[in-house]
Amino acid sequence: MPTLTINGMAVDVPQGTTILNAAKEVGVEIPHYCYHPMLSIAGNCRMCLVEVEKFPKLQTACSTVVTDGMIVRTETEKVRKAVTGVLELMLIHHPIDCPICDQAGECGLQNYYMKFGLHKSRYALEDKVHKKKVQDIGGQIVLDAERCILCSRCVRFLDEVTGTRELHFFDRGDHSEISIFPGRPLDNNYTGNLADICPVGALTSKDFRFKCRVWFLKGFDSICTGCSKGCNVDAHFKGDILYRLKPRWNDAVNQAWMCDFGRLTYKAMNEARLLTPIVRVEGARKAAAWGSLLPQVAYRLKEAAEKGGPDRVAVIASPQSSNEELYLLRRIATKLLGTRNLAFTHRVAGDGFADDFLIQPDKNPNSRGARLLGIPFGAAFDALVAAIAGGGIDALLLVGNVVGALSEEETAALLAKVPVVVQVGTNEGPVSKAATAVLPSASVAERGGTFTNHAGRVQRFRPGFPARGKAKNPIEILVELGNRLGAGWTFDGEASVFRALAETEAPFSGMTYESIGMFGQEI
Amino acid sequence: METVLTTHFANERYRRLDTYRQYGGYEALKKALAMDPVQIIDEVKKANLRGRGGAGFPAGVKWGFLPKDLSRPRVLVINADEGEPGTFKDRVIMTRGPHLLIEGIAISCFALRAHACWIYIRGEFVREAGIVDEAVAEAYAAGFLGENILGSGFDLDVTVHRGAGAYICGEETSLINSLEGKRGWPRLKPPFPASVGAFGLPTIVNNVETIADIPWIVTHGGETFAALGVEKNGGTRLIGVSGAVNRPGVYELSAGVNLKDIIYEHAGGIKDGKKLKAVIPGGSSTPVLRPDEIDVSYDIESMAKIGTMAGSGGVIVIPEGTCMVRSLSVLMNFYAHESCGQCTPCREGTGWLKKIVGRIEEGKGREGDVELILDLCDNMMGRTICPLSDAAAMPAQSFIWKFREEFDRHIGEQKCPYGNRF
Repeated sequence: MPTLTINGMAVDVPQGTTILNAAKEVGVEIPHYCYHPMLSIAGNCRMCLVEVEKFPKLQTACSTVVTDGMIVRTETEKVRKAVTGVLELMLIHHPIDCPICDQAGECGLQNYYMKFGLHKSRYALEDKVHKKKVQDIGGQIVLDAERCILCSRCVRFLDEVTGTRELHFFDRGDHSEISIFPGRPLDNNYTGNLADICPVGALTSKDFRFKCRVWFLKGFDSICTGCSKGCNVDAHFKGDILYRLKPRWNDAVNQAWMCDFGRLTYKAMNEARLLTPIVRVEGARKAAAWGSLLPQVAYRLKEAAEKGGPDRVAVIASPQSSNEELYLLRRIATKLLGTRNLAFTHRVAGDGFADDFLIQPDKNPNSRGARLLGIPFGAAFDALVAAIAGGGIDALLLVGNVVGALSEEETAALLAKVPVVVQVGTNEGPVSKAATAVLPSASVAERGGTFTNHAGRVQRFRPGFPARGKAKNPIEILVELGNRLGAGWTFDGEASVFRALAETEAPFSGMTYESIGMFGQEI
Repeated sequence: METVLTTHFANERYRRLDTYRQYGGYEALKKALAMDPVQIIDEVKKANLRGRGGAGFPAGVKWGFLPKDLSRPRVLVINADEGEPGTFKDRVIMTRGPHLLIEGIAISCFALRAHACWIYIRGEFVREAGIVDEAVAEAYAAGFLGENILGSGFDLDVTVHRGAGAYICGEETSLINSLEGKRGWPRLKPPFPASVGAFGLPTIVNNVETIADIPWIVTHGGETFAALGVEKNGGTRLIGVSGAVNRPGVYELSAGVNLKDIIYEHAGGIKDGKKLKAVIPGGSSTPVLRPDEIDVSYDIESMAKIGTMAGSGGVIVIPEGTCMVRSLSVLMNFYAHESCGQCTPCREGTGWLKKIVGRIEEGKGREGDVELILDLCDNMMGRTICPLSDAAAMPAQSFIWKFREEFDRHIGEQKCPYGNRF
């Protein structure tokens, strides 16, 4: 292990470590734009210049590999002048449109200007080189060539990660710009990442454009619910509205990326939400109170089981539910209602598109968890649907907003066969329109829990803000329902449910929220 | 004095293989093929042959950077992208004696154990590329290139590749990218071309003149070649003299010739009996000299001692009555146009320099502009992947250091005292 001395502090680093990464280890910040840990080294922004003893010229910290005994200085006058000099050159053509730029507040140029620049402009305004602004280059991205500092991160991303190579450098000198070839827009499912890796406001997200200033946003750790990959995400919200998802680093799952479909899944957590309990009275939907509806629902389920026998009651689980919720639901079905009619399906409407990178064919975050918790699926689900269609079910407890891949008409026709349909769901949809009672559930952004991804990795998602409207955490709903059915549960939140689950469910044995940690734990 | 390259250049038929052979052409190749490759490299080292492209790196040492193991094929790339303003010597070799280059290539590749060579010719050199192409075809037909050269069992393929007209492609890693069909951007080093070069293979990139010297070195021996020059600078150099001299042209002179003699003896002195005002000694990137500084040996070390470079051997002579601000403005336009745009300091700095110098010349210079140029140059020097940034900053700095009063006058009078003309 070579030993490096940086600003007088000695540090041992593994062979092959660059100065920039070694500095990060000991808390020395070296400014950079073109360097990105997941991309190849370009070394062209020239911000990370440092003084290395025995080298006559300043060296780029991003590309220089540490050798034993190397002495590096990052705080000398020479380095300071070089860094401010490069920053000044980066800014000479940069439009001062921060007030209308989405990147403002999380902009590499703003941050380093405040830290290293703070200079007055020496550049004549009329000398500025103007380039094309507001270019729709396809995918989720808008390009503003004038704001671009030509760091080449986007070009390398499309070269090295997607391999689709839509963006290129055109022209030379201070007229250089990145662009697409005419008529050949971005054509891949990962374009949103370009806005994330762009250190400035050149590539911004069409979806997030002009929606919110970033300094009003708060973030929390979540998991994308768009498919069974379980990409780790940072969810950003203001009040109780989500504004965007950004990939959160997890080398074992999604590295630093996420797909364009997943990126927009947050919209369902804002729009068409079920925000109040609803009861259907003589065909008409009526707002209800939790205090009266829950006992009523419990009574109806119990009544159906007692009257026609437990198998006249059915429970449909959802692979959108957390492990904790599925565990409670299974106990309600098998232990409290005593029915054998419990099933789920991972099938959803759509073509089940998948690729060999992040996008999985299963569009649910927790099908694997549901299977591991022993909830029947596949043929069992089809049999259950057949039983309902045949009029063999008197009461149905249904978690989720859809019934598998059934269309709205099919769902309405199916549920019309059941006198009592109790839904625990987040959004208006085919099920809520047909249900006799709707118990509004907190969205993924409003509750906590764990999902088990397609590869068997158990990962935590956390609540960002309290449940909207009168929606409740489904754990709370299920616990109360269970208790009204005689469970005698004393669970308090998802953590206590997970502890019970880990005790009895073999695949999760020995796991705790602590052992799952930030990055998840394999079954 | 003895000449290495230009001896028969007066004979227009020297570019043809038959004439070249009448003068003993390809005898050096025969001799080399009977030698141990290591021996050839030793001779080149003894010759003190310095790279003629501008940086002056010892050719033998450069050859020694190739990895020792032969598991990966190696290649030789000839840098014929002669684009430095004021430099036009390789062009003379390619048009007058292309077989010198081809014979040099064959010998060098044999010494380097390379079986492929690309000649990367500047895009604007249409005629030159045609002549080299023809010469390569002649050499193939005569068995000096191709399979089993002269029965030695040594195979070599040479391909002539035309650039697309970018100055930056004269920088060796940029040239390699361009050769591979990529955008002509210099590569970050390491890895150096000797380990990962063209098409990922160990690569040596040499200038046309450097390689054209090789047959003579093989024939006469490295020490004989070294003796033609001075210490550390072996042999002769082709020096292109342009500007206000009576006999502009390319002269083959000892690597240690006096710069003053180049101008006054060989090039016939200043045109129209004028006085000398300034000399750009080694291509447009090299720091300018005042008349009182030119009594100096043209070798690399002596030039470095006075803060300039012999560079690519292009002496630009500037006579009295020339506006130095205007001259610098022309140079700054060139570098701003040719910056590849990769590194921030060069991309933005060259454009900025062009604008500041341009406005001073136009009579719109501002108080502090001269200091701004110097500070900007300081922020550009040694800050980039390749030396283009330095190449633009060096003339700007030196023009101001040596002709400061002209800049101040432009700004003070808010006009060009020379009336905006050369």
